[in-house]
Amino acid sequence: MIITIQKPDEEINKMIEGRDRIFIIGCGTCATECQTGGEEQVKDLKNKLESLGKKVTGQLIVESVCDQRLTRRDLRRNKETVNDSNAIMVLSCGTATQTVSEISKKITIPCCDTEFIGTTERIGKFYERCRACGECILYDTGGICPIARCGKTLLNGPCGGQAKGKCEVGGWEKECAWIQIYERLRDEGRLDLFKKYRPPKDHSEMASQREVIFR
Amino acid sequence: MIREAFSELTKAIRAGTFVYTGEIEPLKTTSLEETLETAKILKGHVIAANITDNPTAFAYMNSLIPSYFIQKEIGLEAVYQVTVRDRNRLAITADLLAASALGIKNVLALSGDHTTVGDDPGTKPVYDLDSTALVDLLRKMVDDGTDIKGNKIDQPPKFNFGIAGNPNADPLDPEILKIERKIELGADFMQTQAVYDVDLMKEFVKQVSRLKVPVIVGIAPFKSRGMMDWMVKNVPGIVVPEDIQKSLLAAREKSKEAFLDENLKIFGDLIKEIRNTPNVSGLHIMTIGFEWIVPKLIEKANQ
Ligand code: SF4
Ligand code: SF4
Repeated sequence: MIITIQKPDEEINKMIEGRDRIFIIGCGTCATECQTGGEEQVKDLKNKLESLGKKVTGQLIVESVCDQRLTRRDLRRNKETVNDSNAIMVLSCGTATQTVSEISKKITIPCCDTEFIGTTERIGKFYERCRACGECILYDTGGICPIARCGKTLLNGPCGGQAKGKCEVGGWEKECAWIQIYERLRDEGRLDLFKKYRPPKDHSEMASQREVIFR
Repeated sequence: MIREAFSELTKAIRAGTFVYTGEIEPLKTTSLEETLETAKILKGHVIAANITDNPTAFAYMNSLIPSYFIQKEIGLEAVYQVTVRDRNRLAITADLLAASALGIKNVLALSGDHTTVGDDPGTKPVYDLDSTALVDLLRKMVDDGTDIKGNKIDQPPKFNFGIAGNPNADPLDPEILKIERKIELGADFMQTQAVYDVDLMKEFVKQVSRLKVPVIVGIAPFKSRGMMDWMVKNVPGIVVPEDIQKSLLAAREKSKEAFLDENLKIFGDLIKEIRNTPNVSGLHIMTIGFEWIVPKLIEKANQ
């Protein structure tokens, strides 16, 4: 899931300065789970805007804003109110905001900061797990991603900074991913994989806007 | 294949001499004066001195420049420290070519403390290579005459290169396996983080002895009570036995001089222990800011 948090009010207030007719879009998938762009957050924003004397021209929750098909359909259904607005506020991830911006051609205001691709322990406890590196090595690393979880993104850890299994980065509070990888591979009887040298990644694939096109 | 000994350090190790190395920290300055002064103090007592590369992620003078000057002006061989934190493989390769052109013979491959502990925590860390990949790069440059990608180098560099090891590592097993990974890639020597605990040191040396790599054990005497407290509190990776702390504190109660005398006694004894441990090739003494203690320490250990 894409983990988002809400931007602080001050930052949002600056972006809506001088814009008095606003359309609000929330997202039914990740942002709902993060409680950053679900029903309740859309309603709260509406109330806040109205108390600031702004007109909310309309609001809607797209099932998944990042899916252009759904967003295009929903925007078309709300064509009049969308056209009547001088800004659209998006309560979802950066991909969602760009999707709305591309389709609507309206000034689009991101209301969330996109944090990471993560796992949900429960609402309010989210942890980063993947950096979308394009070449998954989880089989070799006991199902623990060193790119997302090692403070130095090392492919051949641990570094000299680990202490009692904790990571130097952030002051020895979080787990050292490489000690976790070691323990997991040890328990699985696969320490040969731990000891194996992993050459540096080929970053050329990540060099420009990545695309997946198979049809 | 055993790599040729290019540096005086490696030659001495191979000849079976117990070697001493020191450490010099370039500062946030354009002046080389202090660095050269320090090198002068160390010369004659250590066979080579490490020049640190932006230690604890503080931006200091590029370590290559003092490495060159201590060799040229003072005649003290440098161990050019290179971290993978600040430069990608392109920049590191370029710097290593320059280092060889400047006559550098020893390189120490390091990860480097994370940027968040530095003096500008907002810096973007690089880590394009990790320290293991840096060993791979060094091996390819020296042995194969190519960069890490396999592109040919005209007149390849002649380096001996080392890695770091941490005897304090807890758990120790993954540390040993990581060291093994680097040795298999061809590192010539290992310098360790500071040890204070003789038993930890011995256990570590015992465990790495099967890897047949020369081990230069690190020690870091305490410049002041403040430094000791800071290390104990802020560097969880370092184990300073209680009795050492206690006797130093008691000495400090008396006077600053007594504190230094106690240092000499404790670390003199520690050096003796290290020297008498089988399979130890040398001692790396880290005394940033009070290098004058190095000759005294070695003298004490020789008594
Ligand atoms: S290795 Fe890590 S960052 Fe790369 S795809 Fe797998 S989980 Fe994601
Ligand atoms: S302590 Fe562990 S997780 Fe943290 S940077 Fe070092 S190897 Fe990575």
